[in-house]
Amino acid sequence: MQRHLISAADLTRDDAVLILDTAEEMARVADRPIKKLPTLRGRTIVNLFFEDSTRTRISFEAAEKRLSADVINFSAKGSSVSKGESLKDTAQTLEAMGVDAVVIRHGASGAPYRLANSGWIDAAVINAGDGTHQHPTQALLDAFTMRRRLVGRDAGLGQDLSGKRITLVGDVLHSRVARSNVDLLHTLGAEVTLVAPPTLLPVGIESWPCEVSYDLDSTLPKSDAVMMLRVQRERMHAAFFPTEREYSRRYGLDGDRMARMPEHAIVMHPGPMVRGMEITAEVADSDRCTVVEQVANGVSIRMAVLYLLLGGNEPAVTHTRTTEEK
Amino acid sequence: MSKILIRGAKVLGGEPQDVLIDGETIAEVGTGLSAEGAEVVEAGGKVLLPGLVDLHTHLREPGREDSETVLTGTRAAASGGFTAVFAMANTFPVADTAGVVEQVYRLGKEHGYCDVQPIGAVTVGLEGQKLAELGAMHESAAGVTVFSDDGKCVHDAVIMRRALEYVKAFGGVVAQHAQEPRLTEGAQMNEGVVSAELGLGGWPAVAEESIIARDVLLAEHVGSRVHICHLSTAGSVEIVRWAKSRGIDVTAEVTPHHLLLTDELVRSYNPVYKVNPPLRTERDVLALREALADGTIDIVATDHAPHPHEDKDCEWAAAAMGMVGLETALSVVQETMVETGLLDWAGVADRMSITPARIGQAAGHGRPVSAGEPANLTLVDTAYRGAVDSAGFASRSRNTPYEGRELPGRVTHTWLRGKATLVDGKLT
Repeated sequence: MQRHLISAADLTRDDAVLILDTAEEMARVADRPIKKLPTLRGRTIVNLFFEDSTRTRISFEAAEKRLSADVINFSAKGSSVSKGESLKDTAQTLEAMGVDAVVIRHGASGAPYRLANSGWIDAAVINAGDGTHQHPTQALLDAFTMRRRLVGRDAGLGQDLSGKRITLVGDVLHSRVARSNVDLLHTLGAEVTLVAPPTLLPVGIESWPCEVSYDLDSTLPKSDAVMMLRVQRERMHAAFFPTEREYSRRYGLDGDRMARMPEHAIVMHPGPMVRGMEITAEVADSDRCTVVEQVANGVSIRMAVLYLLLGGNEPAVTHTRTTEEK
Repeated sequence: MSKILIRGAKVLGGEPQDVLIDGETIAEVGTGLSAEGAEVVEAGGKVLLPGLVDLHTHLREPGREDSETVLTGTRAAASGGFTAVFAMANTFPVADTAGVVEQVYRLGKEHGYCDVQPIGAVTVGLEGQKLAELGAMHESAAGVTVFSDDGKCVHDAVIMRRALEYVKAFGGVVAQHAQEPRLTEGAQMNEGVVSAELGLGGWPAVAEESIIARDVLLAEHVGSRVHICHLSTAGSVEIVRWAKSRGIDVTAEVTPHHLLLTDELVRSYNPVYKVNPPLRTERDVLALREALADGTIDIVATDHAPHPHEDKDCEWAAAAMGMVGLETALSVVQETMVETGLLDWAGVADRMSITPARIGQAAGHGRPVSAGEPANLTLVDTAYRGAVDSAGFASRSRNTPYEGRELPGRVTHTWLRGKATLVDGKLT
């Protein structure tokens, strides 16, 4: 493993499988009455959020606390950042307070990369989403969810996603989730297809390790998992598509379309969902939809990443403390 | 004034000759010239060029003296072998009145490192709405003949048409920063494979090419001359080539960085590579070199764009666009054009001195190295190779994309009308 987690593309297959396996161990902690491990006791982690993101911040915070780390939450709003302080000064200020790791969410693509590689700070940097670039822990929790559902919780240990057919639908152009997922799923051996109107696919996508289609209906029967990406309503004002209704008709997932998916196939969404836009309530609330599971898995994945980046050589979960119920 | 004998210099890369400077003028060029009464500079096989002329420099004064001043910028110019620079109009206040251009012109004269020819804004405040007083700037002491809203595109077709027409009255030229604004909203880097991966807003080649295509057609329609700033794509080359073949009066420049660097460097997210127009692809770089060699692109211009450290020591999106270039331009041209066999030194003299002086009507610059001509000269140690170290720059800013990169060639001497501004690599 590298010292930082900046991009899903930086992970090897073995790194990724190790994280998924470790996350399974972490998930068992959540089943205990006391959901806490002493692993990161005495370590300080700052959640440095320059962009609002309640769910990702809370997920990291839960993971950090379950590993007994000391947690500092820093939100750019109302801070010195809004008064013009630079990313560099903010990061150095936090490091001077003895921070071991920085979990950063930033609106500018590449900000975590700069933080990790500019010699500004020594702490480990974990990317919690940067601009339209990457969101590697999201891709990991998605892969974790897929492996559990499509391979099996125990059967999946040590396994990747070889041969699984994964379809991502929606605003690929503006999506860091799509970029991270394409990279990671490819590394894990899955076959990825992106489906979107041509306006919402980046120029240059031909170099990505995936297929691209403009037609959702022909892709659905060949999918083991379909991940719907959020489409912001304001995109239609920039002429990415004519109207919400047209978008939903052509690229939204409703009950009829879901019925065309193979029986075992799952529906995923990184959240927050825009019900009625890319996904209908019927689909969002169905048993095949893993949205809530993804949230729970997010905590396990973030525990695994933090442990592997910061925890050193100690086993994450010692046998004396773990009950292997399965 | 004193005499200087430059002994054994390869004039325009030819056979070694002696060049005698007397006062402000070249007195004699030949072999075995007498050194009597003259200070001798042993050229030892270095290449002697007419003083370089940069048609595209940002000196930042007035307004952003924290990044550059006329003094520091002209010292950087002398250090890079330039004897004349054209100062872009995007200062604060904008150089859109006779008063501002005269101030910049006068500062250049006072400091004496390099002639400073101000460029006037095409529109008031660079806002693209209303023509600036182009005639007044032309008639001012600064004698402006080149007009540009550089940094911004004169995007309104009617305003561009009028500007092209209007400056004909006094032989002016409009230098267009070709960038269709709507196609480049939020643009952060070249749009293509790398931007798709990095998630940075794309600056598509078509945003440059569509404006160039429009403007060469406008120039043809109204019978005007147009100059294209910092041409950066293979497609732009094709359009300019087509326009020239049709007899349209268009000239074009390319920057040193677009001859050498590609958008692959942006993978580092290091804003030192952030520039407008953005670094393009390998294919574009090769097309630009080819076009400069065959004359489709007329000149090299630096687009020297100093920025303070804090404007580059940050995340990509927050960083300023631009690179300093005066002190590395000739080295990059040697690396990309001479060492590749695309241009000889006479060709370099043409692209970096003679033709830019002609386009900008810089009197006394870009002249032959022969008796009776003004002694604006640059002596280059072409055998030198070394790593770029911005700590030694004369510019106030350090935002070079070449830090630590090994490049050939080093300017050792620069003379402005017989007065040495650079001696043995040191500013006087």
